[in-house]
Amino acid sequence: MAEKVSVENVNKKFRLKKSQQINDNGNLTNEILVLDNVDLKVKPGEFLVVVGPSGCGKSVLLDIIGGLTKPTTGKVFHDNLEVVGPNLKTGYVFQQYALFPWRTALSNIEFGLETRGVPEEERTKIGKDLLSVFGLSGFADRFPYQLSGGMQQRVAIARSLATDPDLLLMDEPFAALDAQTREILQNQLLKIWDQKRTTVIFVTHGLEEAVFLADRVVVMTARPGKIKQIIEIDLPRPRGEDIRASVEFAINKEKVWTVLKEEVNKAQKDWELAPGFSR
Amino acid sequence: MPEAIVDRKKEQDLLVVKPIAIFSGWKGFKINWSNYSGLWAIFAFLGLWELLPRIGVVDPVYLPTFSETFKTLILGILSGQILVDAGVSSLRALGGFALAMVVAVPLGFLMGRYSQFEKYTDLLIQTLRNTSTFALFPIFLLLFGLGETSKIAIIFYAASWHILINTINGVKNVDPLFIKAAKSMGATDKDLFHKVILPASIPSIVSGARLGAKISFMVVIAAEMIGAKSGLGFYIQSSQYNFFIPQMYAGVLALAILGVIINYALVWFESKATYWKGELDQSIFG
Ligand SMILES: Nc1ncnc2c1ncn2[C@@H]1O[C@H](COP(=O)(O)OP(=O)(O)O)[C@@H](O)[C@H]1O
Ligand SMILES: [Mg+2]
Repeated sequence: MAEKVSVENVNKKFRLKKSQQINDNGNLTNEILVLDNVDLKVKPGEFLVVVGPSGCGKSVLLDIIGGLTKPTTGKVFHDNLEVVGPNLKTGYVFQQYALFPWRTALSNIEFGLETRGVPEEERTKIGKDLLSVFGLSGFADRFPYQLSGGMQQRVAIARSLATDPDLLLMDEPFAALDAQTREILQNQLLKIWDQKRTTVIFVTHGLEEAVFLADRVVVMTARPGKIKQIIEIDLPRPRGEDIRASVEFAINKEKVWTVLKEEVNKAQKDWELAPGFSR
Repeated sequence: MPEAIVDRKKEQDLLVVKPIAIFSGWKGFKINWSNYSGLWAIFAFLGLWELLPRIGVVDPVYLPTFSETFKTLILGILSGQILVDAGVSSLRALGGFALAMVVAVPLGFLMGRYSQFEKYTDLLIQTLRNTSTFALFPIFLLLFGLGETSKIAIIFYAASWHILINTINGVKNVDPLFIKAAKSMGATDKDLFHKVILPASIPSIVSGARLGAKISFMVVIAAEMIGAKSGLGFYIQSSQYNFFIPQMYAGVLALAILGVIINYALVWFESKATYWKGELDQSIFG
């Protein structure tokens, strides 16, 4: 089979506490269906971007693919092997960086190598090489609190690449950054990806970000999350900064927005109907 | 057509992240004069202490002047007596405190990690913790006699609570995101403990230890006043009993000075142990 990752009929239900009942179309229940029969094939070397309204289950889907959460039903395969736990070939980047504050930039990057028993000398070499790739050579001994948000996220990306994963899961990694830093990191990420061609699944809120990065954009529905449509982005690679201003870029953005718009509106209505929710 | 679907929460994140994320590591040895403004109140206090007995507002027999007290203190130190007693008290406090650390930290890890364990012990702990240590003195004396054991035991008992509770909280409040990140990088349960839970709970444990150390020092003095033949508590108590009033005040003064030194040492130690946390910029958060 040619797929890098294959998500097959994945359902995910969360059971809330008795006291946390929700109103699901008139039925009071404490089970919420988050993912509804998700089927997804990811090609090797593909840059796949997932968009969808807030709370539709994007993070949960990434967790399931990364083996951090079990699906209620259905299966996920990574290189034709069923995913049953955290996979050593998968790297994960979180929105809130999730750097260990008690470790320096360098030793954060070395974490995954430590758990794999890589000798110290080799760890340090890999770590320093990655720091220089991300333009952070001078910051090896800084603690996270001494780094700006953009630097922290670059360290976190470097950390996820340290173990040379063949699949990179990125959950809104640039969402907490300011607009300029975000664009810089998008460009940097694409440069590195152009060289490595690691398979990437990237979740985002940003339409522009999705179109700039993606080979294909997966649009998910409002909860329960289903795959609504998959949109091919026909922009040439390698993509540089100037592509953002092109007509083709705008056309692709419009294509995605047309599909996403409905779901965002639906999700907003959901909020309005939810009992006890006030703005 | 909107650029992005903006999420309220994320805008807030931006606001929160920015001020902390800027370089604020190395502060150097800048002298911060606001640290010394507290000295004025000390001078005023000592001035009053000197003045009131002198002008006869209080009877100098019951409250000797500060200068007289200070002279007595210096003489006591020179004769070695106060130094020996201060040393004895410190050793006892240290012994009880060290024992409390050795027992309460591992126990706290167990209780924080295994919620079952905490479920069964919580009520007992809350009951014991809220019973005044001083009320238990007679029991400890009865059980362990008048020797060193009873004093170490009562200090151990009193100091353990904060250490235990803070360790439990430290372990329980490890950010789940750290656990998730570590697991995603292939951390085993052992890695998780050594490389995540332990370092993440250090700040909480250390601040529990600081409270525990303070309490050790308070309890040792009280214990020495009740049943001991040495130590600062005994020195103060016996001076009063024998009506050596300047000596009594000199003992209290020695105690105060020792307390301040210990407090600063603990604060220093705490900042060393959590060097990776940085300091919150007071100009932003004050
Ligand atoms: N551990 C959990 N327990 C219960 N509900 C959860 C849990 N994790 C996620 N959810 C719910 O699942 C839904 C999808 O969450 P998530 O995947 O984080 O959304 P998003 O698409 O914004 O990333 C949300 O409604 C969330 O409240
Ligand atoms: Mg999410």
